[in-house]
Amino acid sequence: MTTTSPQKTNRTPVRLGDRIFTSLSVGSGLLIFAALLAVFLFLLAQSWDAIRASTEVMGQSGEFSLAEFVGPLVFGTVLAAGLALVMAVPVAVGIALFISHFAPRKLATPIGYVVDLLAAVPSVVFGLWGGVWLVPKLEPAFRFLHESLFTRWFPMFQGSDQEVTSPMRNVLAAAVVLAVMILPIITAVSREVFLQVPRLNEEAALALGATRWEMIRTVVLPFGRSGVVSASMLGLGRALGETMAVLMVMAPGLTYTLHVLAVGQHSTIASYIAAQNAESTGLDMSKLIFAGLVLFVITFIINFIARAIVSASSKK
Amino acid sequence: MSSSAVIKDQDLVRGRAAQQSPRPKGPRSAAAREERRLPWYHALVTAGIALALSVVILAGVQALVGLLPEDQQVNLVGRDFSPFSLASVLVFGYVLHLAVAYVYSRLREGRRWAMDRVVTLVVTGAFVIAMIPLVSLLAEVVARGLPRLLTPGFLTGTMQGFTGGADGGGILHAIVGTVLITLGASIISIPIGLFTAVFLVEYSKTGVKRMLGRGVTFLVDVMTGIPSIVAGLFALALFITITNDPGIRSGLMGSVALSLLMIPTVVRSSEEMIRLVPHDLREAALALGVPRWIVTVRVVLRTAIAGLTTSVTLAVARVIGETAPLMFTIGGLTLLNANLFEGRMAALPLVINGQYAAGAAPCSGDTVINYFTRAEYACNTGINLERAWATALTLIILVMVLNVVARLVSYYFAPKTGR
Amino acid sequence: MSLPIEIEDLNVFYGDFRAVDGVSMTIAPNSVTALIGPSGCGKSTFLRTLNRMHEVIPGAYAEGTVKIDGQNIYGPGVDPVNVRRRVGMVFQKPNPFPTMSIAENVLAGVKLNNKRVSRAEADQIVEVSLRGANLWEEVKNRLNKPGGGLSGGQQQRLCIARTIAVKPEVVLMDEPASALDPISTLAIEDLIGELKKDYTIVIVTHNMQQAARVSDKTGFFNIAGTGTPGKLIEYDDTNTIFNSPANKQTEDYVSGRFG
Repeated sequence: MTTTSPQKTNRTPVRLGDRIFTSLSVGSGLLIFAALLAVFLFLLAQSWDAIRASTEVMGQSGEFSLAEFVGPLVFGTVLAAGLALVMAVPVAVGIALFISHFAPRKLATPIGYVVDLLAAVPSVVFGLWGGVWLVPKLEPAFRFLHESLFTRWFPMFQGSDQEVTSPMRNVLAAAVVLAVMILPIITAVSREVFLQVPRLNEEAALALGATRWEMIRTVVLPFGRSGVVSASMLGLGRALGETMAVLMVMAPGLTYTLHVLAVGQHSTIASYIAAQNAESTGLDMSKLIFAGLVLFVITFIINFIARAIVSASSKK
Repeated sequence: MSSSAVIKDQDLVRGRAAQQSPRPKGPRSAAAREERRLPWYHALVTAGIALALSVVILAGVQALVGLLPEDQQVNLVGRDFSPFSLASVLVFGYVLHLAVAYVYSRLREGRRWAMDRVVTLVVTGAFVIAMIPLVSLLAEVVARGLPRLLTPGFLTGTMQGFTGGADGGGILHAIVGTVLITLGASIISIPIGLFTAVFLVEYSKTGVKRMLGRGVTFLVDVMTGIPSIVAGLFALALFITITNDPGIRSGLMGSVALSLLMIPTVVRSSEEMIRLVPHDLREAALALGVPRWIVTVRVVLRTAIAGLTTSVTLAVARVIGETAPLMFTIGGLTLLNANLFEGRMAALPLVINGQYAAGAAPCSGDTVINYFTRAEYACNTGINLERAWATALTLIILVMVLNVVARLVSYYFAPKTGR
Repeated sequence: MSLPIEIEDLNVFYGDFRAVDGVSMTIAPNSVTALIGPSGCGKSTFLRTLNRMHEVIPGAYAEGTVKIDGQNIYGPGVDPVNVRRRVGMVFQKPNPFPTMSIAENVLAGVKLNNKRVSRAEADQIVEVSLRGANLWEEVKNRLNKPGGGLSGGQQQRLCIARTIAVKPEVVLMDEPASALDPISTLAIEDLIGELKKDYTIVIVTHNMQQAARVSDKTGFFNIAGTGTPGKLIEYDDTNTIFNSPANKQTEDYVSGRFG
């Protein structure tokens, strides 16, 4: 501090210890910038071979099309993450409200811990649980969606009988596991926002005779809307990048179908990379790293927007 | 959000008219209030009604569908779907309960309170739904993993020489690998994370540093969202670029990948802890003529030490179970390698994934020979999954122990006021 | 310790805002000087410039000269750390280090500066400083207990002991009794009277009776309005300030007729 204040009259000497310590801490801060830049640059460097050999760059003489390679993966990634989000957000907002406004005061903290426990479970264990326990348990429900009257109203539950087959390792099953995994973060961020609602506004509503739900609808939800949006985007970012749960639950495929019950039709970027032989070399590895670069850029943008919303709303 | 917007709501205005004072004192108005809001145990009544209705309706549907010709059944509910099962009764019962509670409350308490009841049920239901995966996951992991975990040799042996369905093998190599790799990641992340946190709290107050601090805070937040597999690919790309050896694998690469995920967690939580140290203490020490960096180390960090330990422990717990960053970096190994800097290594999460992916083991005979020790083992087709579950249990225990330790540290070693 | 503190044309800025404007005064050694004035008049800011503690506040800087023992503390090459070792400071809120025991708190200034002291020396410093702060009798049996366990008044005296343990020449006090109950306040005031035998004391206070009771000289600071810099309006013997001030503003303030 003493070194940074604009001393107009003279310059103060800086102690050696202070100088070293300041450089170390500023250096660490710069390292964060450097690390993110390095992630981008090294991924780019190692995927350069694939980019250069692609038809997008080389035209007819290219060896493969990167767009055709990444397209189905991006589609599968967005589909799985989107489905997960649709399932997770309502539940997470419900839990957040439960903790912040409905649960008895004494129970609120332990309940928060219990939900956080979900976040502590390693993703590979979720994958194991999803692949071994959950998939068979979901099968009757999937069959019901596929074969009952529902399927006529919701085309997404359709698909040929060859596609919708046991074991139901389809994108919807993977999305269920993803939804469970992103539940804690969406809950935690939404809960924080709901707890920041000015108590006075809440009490004013209650004092006017509002029921708890009316108070939440008129005070808490409008206040927390941007928080919920950014929480959902953070959850989306997690879901887009999650590897193990998808790898261990979903049978891979590379189509653009919207039939979410069809088995072996979709892959996500992360699960595709992980499923490929980790020993691949040359162009194959370069293509994988390119896929990783695409994933990095997508999640970076999503997280960037989410964090921008959070910091914009916290400045208010 | 202004409170005047609240008053505009029609229901609220009516609510105020209906209830002149929020806490009526006289016996008559108190009685009126009692009548208005029913005690909680009425929820049991409505739940009972809903459950009974659910059983009756689903059993009825089951019976009716049974009367239909085969092809019509398929059109209605599908081939193998049985409407009457425990799960469907509970799910349908919950949905019915929403309706029953609404009607019940509407008749006895009024429309607005009925809506309140329904929302309370929905919100509580959301919590219960979230508990299903947690409880079932923990129960499954313990039930399926415990027998194998308690098998002698599982925690003390390695997988060296085990093939096929040989009913043996252990995960010592993976435990050692996980501990070393995580340790390596901590050694990289903790100093960087702590110094960055110190920079954010203590040194980013004016001029360029202030701008830099804003940027770092934002990027650290963004960094928490880096997909774990990207961290692994980054470490791979980094080491390939440095060594020019596309096949390079080592524990250190895993540590680098994990530290990319660990640094943001350490920064955020330790920043919070350092901010909690009262400003007074810094001033007091500075006024004693203590150089700033000593104030930071011996007063600020010393005061925050319990919180810092907690946040570092939680960060370790978070990365210890990461799988994807290790796939392309440490390579995996069936035997023990305790050298972080050279050669492939094993790790618990990789073992889980590997054993799970191996699936059912083929058994051509009754016994399988370990080609390394020449010992004979019984053949067990389910051995791979057994190992996966037991390893998952080991990992979960490790994570939970770290979490408990973190909480205990912050509970017992927080600065004592002596009051 | 024998030379006065000479302040010449001192200006203090927070960024672009001039908080204190052109203060010149001479503070006699081994005396108690009280600084009084309305809130926001710059007296605390001014006090902090006497040991360069204002530099802890982001964007704050000072112009002018402050000579202690003839040396300008704003001269080129002067290390603020050394200035603060010579000019100690006691704050409004008692702030003992929560991780340290009572004895460690007293020794904090010595230990944090990595000075090696023998056990006997350390014990000596603790006892002398605590006696100097009138706290020894109350805490001598629990020197190893945390400092946070003391009462507010005891904590403040512990902070004074901590300050005098590094053997400063000047002790600055920023409203040292405003967070304390009347009995603790009295103890602090008595202590100030004893400390002036060994130290030059400058105290900022909101309590005019306190200023009248403890100080030899009093300086009155005032501002023309919000957003304008604080100025030293009048500086004289305490008796003069409170009984026959030369300036109308001072008279209004000390007699309670202040706007």
